[in-house]
Amino acid sequence: MTNTLHRYSEHYATERPRDPEPVRDDFVVFAMATRGVNDDDLVAKYRAFLRLALKHRPVNIGDATRGGAFRPQRALDPTSHWRRDTGADAEAVIAGIEGHTTVAAVFDRYENMRAFVAELRDADLGISVNISAPMDEANRCCREAGMTRHSVEYSLGFCGRVDKLPDSLVLELTTMCGHGMISAALARKMIDWVKENRRGAAEAARVMARFCSCGVFNPSRAEAILESARTRNP
Amino acid sequence: MRIDPEKCVACGNCLAVCPMGAIYIDPALNRARVNADECVECFACYRGMSREHLNPRFVRAIRKAAHLLRFRFDPEPDICPTDAFAPDDLQWPRLVRRAFSDPQVPHESTGIHGRGTAEVKTNDVTRRVGEGEAGFVIEFGRPGVGARFRDIERVTRALAELGIEFEPDNPVTSLMSDRKRGLLDPEILDEKVLSAIVEIKTRLEEVPMVLRRIRRISPEVNTVISIGVSTRCGAGGEEPLREMLEREGYPTYRGKTNLGLGRAAAVHDAG
Repeated sequence: MTNTLHRYSEHYATERPRDPEPVRDDFVVFAMATRGVNDDDLVAKYRAFLRLALKHRPVNIGDATRGGAFRPQRALDPTSHWRRDTGADAEAVIAGIEGHTTVAAVFDRYENMRAFVAELRDADLGISVNISAPMDEANRCCREAGMTRHSVEYSLGFCGRVDKLPDSLVLELTTMCGHGMISAALARKMIDWVKENRRGAAEAARVMARFCSCGVFNPSRAEAILESARTRNP
Repeated sequence: MRIDPEKCVACGNCLAVCPMGAIYIDPALNRARVNADECVECFACYRGMSREHLNPRFVRAIRKAAHLLRFRFDPEPDICPTDAFAPDDLQWPRLVRRAFSDPQVPHESTGIHGRGTAEVKTNDVTRRVGEGEAGFVIEFGRPGVGARFRDIERVTRALAELGIEFEPDNPVTSLMSDRKRGLLDPEILDEKVLSAIVEIKTRLEEVPMVLRRIRRISPEVNTVISIGVSTRCGAGGEEPLREMLEREGYPTYRGKTNLGLGRAAAVHDAG
């Protein structure tokens, strides 16, 4: 389940620009236990991971079996079209953890992510922790936190029928839900609605976040992308 | 997935949320329908949409009046007003669609939610990929294209010709009828999934050969392929893969870094 491996930026374009702008607002830290190896007291460890994350202002957290902090609601009424609560519910994520899963926290600032990782190292939960981010930034975080990388996995981008892929702007949005649950059509619809001023960029980002079934979607980065989409082509 | 025509009011909200674009408004019925051949049973519509549970007749009457008055209602984009989605009871071989497409359903072969295995994410305790080795995750269909197993088999056959062994605990491997030749169960070849991941492990020096083989066969498949490759770092955190990948022309900008914080419980107890 490589749910955060292939988050698109122009570094993966078929014809890459010479010096693409670095991605500075998207860092995913996730934890996973292994059956029969380090899954003792698992729920408590996962909850401790997420509680530590909340101290460092994540923009989303999630449980791969139950969803993220932005969730669809099962029972709305017509007034919700004007008075809907679209905020994050971190406590629902933490309370919903039942057993084996992957828990994740998403940050839009390197400093917050680094501070969280340093606390994780000290907490010594014993479960596997990974950073999914630009490799140099993850390596820098390890060095600054006094840790040695154990393993690395590179995203080598896309091949095959790349002509079937949507435009780069849509890809940047949809690949932030690594499981592909945010459709290209929904991303296009939200881009259009923001351009038409039918929805604000933040609100449109939260609509998309509700479809990400494990909570690794970065609504902060999505908001920035949607805001920039007001005036530019893909 | 099915849409109950008694409940659907053809509001069209669900059309945009389907990752496969499999939902459309049937002009004869004036109701939304699901193209069963394109639907991958990912449940994005069923689980992702909020619901209002309104009376369909009431909503249709309101919509009709608004239409006559050329009144443009600006609804929430992710609500099914009448809770019209109805999951089907999936049978073999169609049920493989959901196993590979719905990330909240654990795959029977691995017990892991999602489409692959733990690959490098738990390598600090599983040691699946050791020093001098490379782990590949070759993913089909994502982002947003979907894949038929017939196309996946083209690549598994090509990899098998290289003498590659497939990861035994991987969901795609569990569907192989002949692992030596990379053949999948013929019954599933036309099934479409949102994403499926083939996993293999090689020696580091074999990485360029495997990448070239995938690159050569990729124009023959009717979907998109995403590749990830991993390795164990040295004692000082150094890793030998980056230079090799860049030499082959691949981006090495982004990926996962396993921090090595995992630890087997027995070791913990002893320590």
